[in-house]
Amino acid sequence: MTAAGTSYAGPTLEVEDLQTHFFTKAGAVKAVNGVSFTVAPGEVIGLVGESGSGKTVTGLSIMGLVDEPGRIVGGAIRFKGENLVGASEDRWQKLRGDRIAMIFQDPMMTLNPVLRIDTQMVEAIHAHRQVDKATARAEARDALGLVGIPAPEERLKTYPHQLSGGMRQRVAIAIALLNKPDLIVADEPTTALDVTIQAQIIYEAQQLCRRFGTALIWITHDLAVVAGLADHIAVMYAGRVVEAGTIDDVIDRPRHPYTVGLLGSVPSANKRGQRLNQIPGMAPNLLRLPPGCAFKDRCPRGDDLCLTEPTLQSQPNGRAFRCHHPHEPEGAA
Amino acid sequence: MNSAKTAAAPPVPGQIEPLAVETPFQRFVSDFSESKLAVACFFAVVAIILLAIFAPLIAPTDPYNLALVTVADKTLAPGMVMQDGTTTLLGTDGSGRDLLSSIIYGLRISLTVGIGSAIVALAIGVVVGLVAAYAGGRIDNIIMRIVDMQLSFPAILIALVLLVTLGKGADKTLIALIVVQWAYYARTVRASAMVERRKEYVESAHCLSLSRTRILLKHLLPNVLAPIIVVGTVQTAHAISLEATLSFLGLGMEQTEPSLGSLISNGFEYIHSGHYWISVYPGVALLLTIVSINIVGDRLRDVLNPRLSK
Amino acid sequence: MLFMSFLVFSGVYVIGDPVDILISDEADAEDRQRAIEGLGLDKPFHIQYLTFLGRALQGDLGDSFIFEEPALGLILERMPATLELALSALLIAIVIGIPLGMWAGMRPESKSARVIMTGSILGFSLPTFWVGIMMMMLFAVQLRWLPSTGRGDTVDLLGIDVSFLTLDGLSHLAMPAINLALFNLALVLRLTRAGVKEVVHQDFIKFARAKGVGRRRIVLVHILKNIMIPVVTVLGLEFGGLVAFSIVTETVFAWPGMGKLLIESIGLLDRPVIVAYLTIILLFFVIINLVVDVLYSILDPRVRLQEVKS
Repeated sequence: MTAAGTSYAGPTLEVEDLQTHFFTKAGAVKAVNGVSFTVAPGEVIGLVGESGSGKTVTGLSIMGLVDEPGRIVGGAIRFKGENLVGASEDRWQKLRGDRIAMIFQDPMMTLNPVLRIDTQMVEAIHAHRQVDKATARAEARDALGLVGIPAPEERLKTYPHQLSGGMRQRVAIAIALLNKPDLIVADEPTTALDVTIQAQIIYEAQQLCRRFGTALIWITHDLAVVAGLADHIAVMYAGRVVEAGTIDDVIDRPRHPYTVGLLGSVPSANKRGQRLNQIPGMAPNLLRLPPGCAFKDRCPRGDDLCLTEPTLQSQPNGRAFRCHHPHEPEGAA
Repeated sequence: MNSAKTAAAPPVPGQIEPLAVETPFQRFVSDFSESKLAVACFFAVVAIILLAIFAPLIAPTDPYNLALVTVADKTLAPGMVMQDGTTTLLGTDGSGRDLLSSIIYGLRISLTVGIGSAIVALAIGVVVGLVAAYAGGRIDNIIMRIVDMQLSFPAILIALVLLVTLGKGADKTLIALIVVQWAYYARTVRASAMVERRKEYVESAHCLSLSRTRILLKHLLPNVLAPIIVVGTVQTAHAISLEATLSFLGLGMEQTEPSLGSLISNGFEYIHSGHYWISVYPGVALLLTIVSINIVGDRLRDVLNPRLSK
Repeated sequence: MLFMSFLVFSGVYVIGDPVDILISDEADAEDRQRAIEGLGLDKPFHIQYLTFLGRALQGDLGDSFIFEEPALGLILERMPATLELALSALLIAIVIGIPLGMWAGMRPESKSARVIMTGSILGFSLPTFWVGIMMMMLFAVQLRWLPSTGRGDTVDLLGIDVSFLTLDGLSHLAMPAINLALFNLALVLRLTRAGVKEVVHQDFIKFARAKGVGRRRIVLVHILKNIMIPVVTVLGLEFGGLVAFSIVTETVFAWPGMGKLLIESIGLLDRPVIVAYLTIILLFFVIINLVVDVLYSILDPRVRLQEVKS
């Protein structure tokens, strides 16, 4: 598998028109409703959106971890050319933790409270490779060292509750790195942490990905986090990507009114004294999406044209947006 | 269902959404009705209670009237004809009493003791629990120490010791069942009252310097009602079951006032001789009663527990 | 402990005068007096209690009025039978209850899970003694598959007679053990289900799946280890309940354990045996509580750590 993986030269991951719906009693919730993006080896892509925009479900879909009543109903997830939509659970299980790893939002909840750290790390190795216990343990210790945990040998013997939140998230990152995956999906891994620790972890994650050529999908609601980390960015709204492009393009020259709104709500030094912008209203109910553009009701530029669904307008260099009334390319943020 | 309609608030003029006028009670009824089994059991419980209340009118014969009972009728199988010419539906027992009548009267005794003890225990438990929660400190400590100690022993053991001490009889069984049960209520009430009393509305009642009794009865009590109802249902079933068990062991009711448990116990002597009906049918009656109450209680727990509701 | 012994002793003291039963009606006042003095019943209550307490501390709980043997010896003689029954029941409850509970917890909406849950309400509701009678009627009287009473052939294991090592003994043990297990089976099942339902939605289970850990290991290690804490705690505490409830099962199936002895002694007002039984049960509960505390700290690393710190 690894041999086949190294010979593959295309992007690590291509997500194409992904649709993941949740079939509840009240109807189908279209949590992910046509999401596309590409990640190349060693590249970091930021998936940005407010809560309920479908970014977490996108991450879980890539991991094959969408549970009932949710289902991937359309599109493709091509990991190194292999379409994983409709793949068997066996296949997923082989890939998960080995070639694709995930880091979750709340480090307090991601480690099993009744199992020691070494147990939880060694099982991740043993799930994919037949190595003896001593080797696995040594690898686990090295991985802890790699993510900047002091005295890793002692940490191995502890239980999760004996570690701080930042430490636990490092352990979770170490676990994700154990099998040197090609792709890591990080779902708001720093949101629950202190700002200083947040910065450290982001820095370390960036270093590690550069070093191993790992592709990284960083899911967050915080544009500031992504700005310093990602190469590309995809802004999600109501289950769709509304704008995508390189980090400079999107942050300096946003086209979609939602991105403009998001950028306006980020506090920064050069806007000192100014009032922060708010996006009025709330994210739409995914159960009853209005016809046309989902952002219409909150959009300052919305009009009758927006009652029809805007198509994704692609431009060179991965630049794309989905709007009838985009801001001018040179429009100020 | 009628009471639900009268309880509904009159529709506000100009109100568009009809859902908005649904009262909590209506929502409760519709949630509860989602389980057909629970609704069936609810009506079964009502029917059983009516049966027990109107026992003298419904039962074919009066099993206590010894003049009507002859030994010649003993251990007749169901459907056979008795001396007085009537057909016995469920057979007769070892002394010739019609089993159906004995069961209906036995049900009456079982329910009286079970429900009666549950109500008294509930009253005691609610008062003790509220006092413990409200007083706090040492009083709370002492009360809860006693409650915990009692609850660490199985109910049957405590009831057994009490009945060994007090002797047999309906009144003594009632006392034993009350003593066994009060602690469950006390603990439930205290636990939910402790949660409630920390909430703002109790604080604000304090600030209005309302009297303690008023705060306890008008503010705390209604808010701990849901768990009390659930525990009450389940405990009533337990009490009926426990009484039957004690009577079976020969410690509960006197033979002159046979409950369902005593009837089953009498029939136990006959199972090896093939007279199965003497212990089976009272058992079925007991079973229907307890299972129905428990299923209703289970459903109530699901409906009233806000944590579980979607 | 001391307080409880006083409670039990004074309780039994007021039950009734054993002399009335022991001595025939024809005996004159002089015979009566001699018997009372012989048994030490002429002394005032507090003397009797202190004598009892003094002897109890030396391991002497008095002699049975009926058997004229040390009461403690009588009870200890019957204890292995009761323990064998209770342990078998516990084993059945665990072996059947945990897998069924896990099944129901993983697929809470499935039909099989609903059947299991409704079945568990039956397990809760059915009075043990009646199920015992019904089992006996079906398997012993009608089908004649299993013997109805007694312990069957026993084998000496480390100086204790046990039934489970002979085929005959096992066939005698089967029905009482299943009968006694039913309630706890339902309890374990429901606890397990509730635990699984809570744990499967935790992030750490999703994270374990994201690591590529197999389903088997997730269920057997990640989920099971988390739910074992409440299950073991409750089961440990319920073991005392099993011993207490074996009174009922032993009476139904004439299983020669200490519960049956207790009921017989109550019938005969054999005061020292009753007191001895209750004292031993009390001791038993204290030991069980200690063992559960220890088990709890072994299972839950969070508790273990606190103890190391303090």
